[in-house]
Amino acid sequence: MNERAKLETKASPHVALFATCLVNAMRPSIGFAAVQLLEQAGCRVDVPMGQTCCGQPALNSGDQEGTRQIARRNIKMLEPFDHVVVPSGSCAATIKVHYPELFAHDPAWLKRAQNLAARTHELLSYLTDIRGWAPEGVHLEKTATYHDSCSGLRELGVKKQPRKLLAGVENLTMRPLAGEETCCGFGGTFCVKYPAISNAIVDEKAAAVEATGADLLLGGDLGCLLNMAGKLHRRGAKVQVYHAAEVLAGMGDEPAIGGDA
Amino acid sequence: MTAAFSARVDAALASPTLKLAIDRTTGTARSKRAAAMAAWPEFNIARDLGRDIKDHVIENLEHYLVTFEKNAIASGAKVHWAETGAQACAIVVDICRKANAKSVTRAKSMLGEEIGLPHALEEAGIERVETDLAEHIIQLAGDPPSHIVWPALHKTREQVAELFRTHHRDPGALASVEAMVGSARRQLREKFMAADVGISGANFLVADTGAVCTVTNEGNAELTTTPPRVHIVTAGIEKLVPSTAHAMAMLRLLVRSATGAELTQYTTFHCGPKQAGDLDGPEEFHIVLVDAGRTRMLAEGLADMLRCIRCGACLNHCVVYRQIGGHAYGATYPGPMGAVLTPSLSGLEAAQDLPRACTLNGQCQEVCPVAIPLPTLLRGWREKAWQQGFEPATVRWAVALWRFLILRPALYAAASAIGLRLMPLFSRNGWISRLPLAGGWTAHRDMPSPTGGTFLAQYKRRMKK
Ligand code: SF4
Repeated sequence: MNERAKLETKASPHVALFATCLVNAMRPSIGFAAVQLLEQAGCRVDVPMGQTCCGQPALNSGDQEGTRQIARRNIKMLEPFDHVVVPSGSCAATIKVHYPELFAHDPAWLKRAQNLAARTHELLSYLTDIRGWAPEGVHLEKTATYHDSCSGLRELGVKKQPRKLLAGVENLTMRPLAGEETCCGFGGTFCVKYPAISNAIVDEKAAAVEATGADLLLGGDLGCLLNMAGKLHRRGAKVQVYHAAEVLAGMGDEPAIGGDA
Repeated sequence: MTAAFSARVDAALASPTLKLAIDRTTGTARSKRAAAMAAWPEFNIARDLGRDIKDHVIENLEHYLVTFEKNAIASGAKVHWAETGAQACAIVVDICRKANAKSVTRAKSMLGEEIGLPHALEEAGIERVETDLAEHIIQLAGDPPSHIVWPALHKTREQVAELFRTHHRDPGALASVEAMVGSARRQLREKFMAADVGISGANFLVADTGAVCTVTNEGNAELTTTPPRVHIVTAGIEKLVPSTAHAMAMLRLLVRSATGAELTQYTTFHCGPKQAGDLDGPEEFHIVLVDAGRTRMLAEGLADMLRCIRCGACLNHCVVYRQIGGHAYGATYPGPMGAVLTPSLSGLEAAQDLPRACTLNGQCQEVCPVAIPLPTLLRGWREKAWQQGFEPATVRWAVALWRFLILRPALYAAASAIGLRLMPLFSRNGWISRLPLAGGWTAHRDMPSPTGGTFLAQYKRRMKK
């Protein structure tokens, strides 16, 4: 068995939760939900206090050197852990896909970046694919729909995992969302650099969410969720928005993003 | 955002009909493509093959150019070389003049648009008759194309009927699409037949036969290539494929990706002028091979982009294109492929918004039949724009300040705490609808008011208990 497979089957891996800057500032409950789920899945969880951001805003602005500085810092900080788990597809993809690209011409750092990439996972896929965890005794008498955030979907292949997990929540009825794989228009800095275009996109998304008639909109990436929640609220919709991890951790009847509509 | 781009976007978003027109055409294209892909489980294999064919040709470009030229000449064609778009236009105009052409028919060609051929013909006083219905529509409207497959996609049926009513001799009732086509046919048919020269583009140049392959749904390429005495093909050098079999492999990818059909109505391999015993065909057959920046793209690290077969799938699936349409891009090529090509063709400074006005959601790459990593190429332009200092000073300053804090967790925590304490001051019932420095967000959507401090601070407190 190779090193990596050994780690993955380890009964109680030492996991760093990389909460992401948005969860840290805007929605701490996702961080707590993640800790709880990881512990239920048998992990020894640590939240490194020196964590800030994965560097995506710099990366997407084209500031490669700036992103490398941030990446080196994160690589060092996250080296002691068996696994690094991130409750966001786009931040996980930044570490997993883009850190190694950044060091393509720096063999020493490339190795460290690749090593971290191999140990880094998006939360929902980690719970199912690596830990084989499933919710037990979680109830929520609601209807919900799911938006696939683009980075998680296309860079990491997160698609079936959240649906599989949510299917294990008792009394939760899932409704299909038309255009569930279509971008919500968040795009990180895009939404403030090109607000009019972003608005037109998210308006269409919000209309599609409302058309499902579901009580809840769930997803796996807080940036997109904030974008859609903010638009739904501006439109006067009653749909409540949560990260899927919150529902899985039994927090689906606590206040939604932005509180009660 | 540059003022020019901003103005074009605002105009597009303010149009009462544009979105409807875009949704009608791209919506049909998306659902038909999806159906075609569902019925084609080998798509991924075909796509890898398509990618490899094009990569192979681009890696051996010189060999295939020389082979194509040799075989085209052997078939009786005249081959011309143009390094720039202006040279290509001059060659075409010169051939028209030598043929004493007063009018030319033209079949839609994106390369023709790229190099400004319609304008060059006009300047030379040569009447240009468009055989593609959509090209005819935008010629009447005086518009540039807004999509690479459906140039008049920005016009609704109703607007087209209005145009025909104004411009056609015998428009009739124009109650249906068929009636509109009939009106155009009555208007143009004689002109098609009377033209001295026909100009078309090429979808593929087949190296081992010297043939030029065109695909259309209206048979209009045939109308420009068969009746006139002289036929001119203008083609970018990246259109080469080694053989007819390779062209067929590419055709499957092209047509299914563009329209969801298995084949277009008309697929023709044109090979040389009319020979003794042929029933029809042009007496002169010219092929103008155009570089116009393609070899420079190779040097710029855009070799992947030279695989593009202009199917339009990336436009149809792009959330940005679907909101702002083609004209907002301010260039010949819109959508994701245009956002990659335009900075190379027109300069990065003027086109800097195009690679940035993208959410990097990756759907374009997912649907691209030749697996072009469009988001990666767009990121590449962003890096160049950053290095060359095109990002506005406010953005550079904000990113620098943010990075300074990100690298210093204690300062970052303090700054976050202050921010989080200030934000609720702007909130009502848990939501913020106006926030200083966040106008781009709150102009269009609300922001949930954060509560209880950062996750890290709260977690630390809990752990101490
Ligand atoms: S980039 Fe790909 S999807 Fe877009 S037009 Fe070219 S071949 Fe088609």
